[in-house]
Amino acid sequence: MLAPPLPMAEKSNIPLPEARCDFAALLARVASERDKGAFAIVFDYFAPRLKNFMLRKGASPELAEDLVQETMIAVWLRAGQYQAGRGAVSTWIFTIARNLRIDRLRRESSAYFVDLEGFDAASTEIRGDDRLIQAQADGEVARALAQIPAEQRDLLILSYVDDVPQVMIAKQLDLPLGTVKSRMRLAYRRMRKLLGRMQ
Amino acid sequence: MTIVHHLDDATVLAYAAGTLGEALSTAASIHISMCPQCREALRDAEALGGEIFEGLEANAVSDTCRSATFLRLDATAGVAARQSRSPLEKLLGGKDLAHLPWRRKAPGFSVIDVPLSAKTSGSLKLLKIASGMRMLEHGHGGGELTLVLQGAFRDEVGRFSTGDIADLDQETEHCPVIEAGEDCICLFATQAPSRHKTLLGRLLQPFTGV
Repeated sequence: MLAPPLPMAEKSNIPLPEARCDFAALLARVASERDKGAFAIVFDYFAPRLKNFMLRKGASPELAEDLVQETMIAVWLRAGQYQAGRGAVSTWIFTIARNLRIDRLRRESSAYFVDLEGFDAASTEIRGDDRLIQAQADGEVARALAQIPAEQRDLLILSYVDDVPQVMIAKQLDLPLGTVKSRMRLAYRRMRKLLGRMQ
Repeated sequence: MTIVHHLDDATVLAYAAGTLGEALSTAASIHISMCPQCREALRDAEALGGEIFEGLEANAVSDTCRSATFLRLDATAGVAARQSRSPLEKLLGGKDLAHLPWRRKAPGFSVIDVPLSAKTSGSLKLLKIASGMRMLEHGHGGGELTLVLQGAFRDEVGRFSTGDIADLDQETEHCPVIEAGEDCICLFATQAPSRHKTLLGRLLQPFTGV
């Protein structure tokens, strides 16, 4: 089956680097050699997306750029903590940006977003993590996202990008909260199924 | 610890997106740190977030922003320390459950208010309820999480013991009974404080004799 084109990438003015630049390798160079050239490639790709991300969450242009800077400095500092097995570089940077935004924009604590992977060491993971990183690298997650019906994807974007809580999404769209939740669940489960996570 | 009751997928998504609010996120994070299944669910939800983030249109950053960032690289040589305390240890401030400053509200019922950031609307409480007690039937308005940290309770949904989280939908009415044996300690998080007051009022009218 031929993969459908990625609608989200089409919207971007900046073309994706060929076959998605190996950001994991670049981060490794940042970590081990403090390689500013490698960092510059990561910066030039992610900073403009981070800026849009922060603007969409309601930051002023000044605050957005401030948060871009903070996020990228965190990337520089913590490059050695990035573990490819837990997801793509974009996912890692997304979580850093999310946490910084919570601390700065809402003046709430993001203390609960500690690295949750390290605990419960006694448990053995049910499935290997390589599957997820591979799936993201291969564009499988993006394809899964592209296959999600628009009404479900829109809700995910409102939540992930525009920072609208589910209760507010329900109010804004004049839908019952249960409908909003079940549409989001459907989208997520569909994605997980496509990734072979669920039977 | 065998965890039977997990977070709803919709809650995992809200947590990953950062829209869940501090009180619920704290309870969710402790459960996730104990639960491999929910950790995997969160990883996937964050992958979804990463993908959506990467698919965003670019919005060029100013030269000032870029050069300011690069100027700071040399100044920031120190690497941030890795997190070593678990979310639960953080919540309890290194103390164990038995030695917390419990405030007795009624016979067999003690509470601790967990402080949250100033702007947060939700509330977070530790509840300690004596074994054998039963609570009045109550509904859930949604936006509530109950995480068991010690002991167990039973209700119409099933048995909730250490590590289990009750992420019940709005329609669920339940009537929890604390199992015999040891006190049950739960972390109880709500999105809205007003509703919680009513519920706590009802929780404070437990009666024994099960």
